[in-house]
Amino acid sequence: MKLVPRQNVSPLWVFSVYAAAVAGALFLSLVLLALYGVPLGRALAAIYQGALADPRGFAEVLRRTVPLALAGAGLALAFRAQFWNIGAEGQLLIGAVAASGVALFWPLPGGWVLLAMALAAFLAAGLWAVLPALLKATLAVNDVITTLMLNYMAIYLVEWLIHGPWRGKSLFGFAYSEKFPENAWLPLWPGTGLAWPGLLLAVVVAALFAWLLYRTTLGFEARVVGENPEAARYAGVRAAQTLLWIALFSGGAAGLAGFVEVAGHHHRLLAPLQISLGYGYTAIIVAWLGRNNPLAALFTGLLLGFVFAAGDVAKVVLQVPFQLVGAANGLILFALIAAEVLIRYRVQWGWGRA
Amino acid sequence: MLEDWLVTTLARGLAFAAPLLIAALGELVAERSGVINLGVEGMMILGALFGFIAADMSGNSWLGVLAAAGVGALAALLHAFFAVTLRANQYVSGLALTMVGLGLSGLWGKPFAGKPLAHPLSKLDLPGLSALPVLGPGLFSGQSPLVYLGLVFAVLLWVYLYHTKGGVTLRSVGENPAAADALGVNVYLVRYLAVVFGGAMAGVAGAYLSLAYRPTWTEGMTAGMGWIALAIVIFAAWDPLRAVLAAWLFGAFYHLAFRWQAYLAPEFLKMMPYAFTVLFLVLSAWAKSVRMSAPEALGRPYVRGERE
Repeated sequence: MKLVPRQNVSPLWVFSVYAAAVAGALFLSLVLLALYGVPLGRALAAIYQGALADPRGFAEVLRRTVPLALAGAGLALAFRAQFWNIGAEGQLLIGAVAASGVALFWPLPGGWVLLAMALAAFLAAGLWAVLPALLKATLAVNDVITTLMLNYMAIYLVEWLIHGPWRGKSLFGFAYSEKFPENAWLPLWPGTGLAWPGLLLAVVVAALFAWLLYRTTLGFEARVVGENPEAARYAGVRAAQTLLWIALFSGGAAGLAGFVEVAGHHHRLLAPLQISLGYGYTAIIVAWLGRNNPLAALFTGLLLGFVFAAGDVAKVVLQVPFQLVGAANGLILFALIAAEVLIRYRVQWGWGRA
Repeated sequence: MLEDWLVTTLARGLAFAAPLLIAALGELVAERSGVINLGVEGMMILGALFGFIAADMSGNSWLGVLAAAGVGALAALLHAFFAVTLRANQYVSGLALTMVGLGLSGLWGKPFAGKPLAHPLSKLDLPGLSALPVLGPGLFSGQSPLVYLGLVFAVLLWVYLYHTKGGVTLRSVGENPAAADALGVNVYLVRYLAVVFGGAMAGVAGAYLSLAYRPTWTEGMTAGMGWIALAIVIFAAWDPLRAVLAAWLFGAFYHLAFRWQAYLAPEFLKMMPYAFTVLFLVLSAWAKSVRMSAPEALGRPYVRGERE
């Protein structure tokens, strides 16, 4: 097998290859489902019924889209600047913690509490991401591993809070915080389980991040640092400072996702696995699939949101473990990097050393 | 009193360090060839599951270890194909492997969850060594044979890397693949072999967890150890003997944290290994010698006939 670089790559070709890759990965996931003992026709029918045909089901897709798009838009920004933030999962949880802290312990009138929760979530999660960025900028510490380790630390922080100091007094045997006061709840779209302000927030954040990346000096510097660190140094870009700002925004967006999850759906702080089903990890795919364009994260987030909703259906209707979604995620990611190769190279088959 | 305390810490620390060491040694070989594999966590968990299944079905736990090595190697082969042949982004390919591994093990492992293993790997007293004064009984008796195997492997690997022709070849492929190629080394083959070896080791490390350390299958039982193993490779400056020290230090720290449980909420105790990992990485970043010892071509695909 031999790889020959392509000269001109048309956007249509890029799109087709990506679409084929995702379709292939989703098909493989269905094969996994079949191997698990669910006939293909039955699986497809159940997923169509449960996640697309029924408006409430589609609201579930949108509900999953919100955290994925928010965190994904943030990761798109981070990856552009070559900040390998694998820590959106932890940043989301920290956002949930900060939002819960405000809701539980800071009685504010009317809608102010929601504003304060969102701000607290953004800042706390942003700073949680700034720490590994700081270590990377000053000491060149591997950001993949540090951001990942911070995920586990965030998980146990939440566990500690709900088992310890924040545990609700009225709840026997359950590790939850008390319920938030009602003015700290996001409204739901009538008849569904979708907290619609979250969707609005995702659209606004994605648009703002696209503007930041393509229309501001910080965005320009981030792209230069990411694409050509050598040139960035000549151009006088303060790479460290750029990285820290990008980390703040990237983590902050994931934190907002955490805010939407607790304020919109749970109305309390609860076990990490109940707050996030791995949205932070899937957001990596959301960003990658959108070629690290924050606006594209809205659409790729929708696609992955559908995968999550389909996983939910598979779990409830077909009794398949939810881990199927994790496997599907990995397959999509593999398909995407294979697609990246097909986009950049022409494959010539044949034996011998490539 | 102090002696007892020290020996227990070292002995228990070693038991905890073993899976980290075994996985780290495998990853070290892969990285020495220039390929970074972030899929350690995924390969480990697949090893843990398939090791358990094989041992459970056959009644022979060593067959479980073998199966785990095979599954790990197979998973690594996928990464090698993406990283070496397709020249894909190694970071993303490794992440994908971890996702697939965690997902598949959760999917296929459901029927085995919580089932205790009838015949776990038996513990072994090393004749002679376990009779040593002070340290002998603690370190060299009542440990899993895989613990000793890890230590022996570290020494063998060190000899291989620094004192054999094969080791020179491996290192040269990771440092300067173009030069190695010019000397007639098959860069692609070396990288494939190194990555697959790393996968087999990660599989065995997983099997240690499900066949010896806690002989049962639990979803997500690797709990981030694969990532810690990656950090140990860095902290050890890509040296097998230093990896022993790093893993052991790590295990001892963890054991000590365990002893503080009277004063510490259990959640903070569980947080320790991850906090230590960050701390270790910061410490190694401070040491210039560690920074300089990363293989020169780490993470970069090799394209024949193309200048860097």
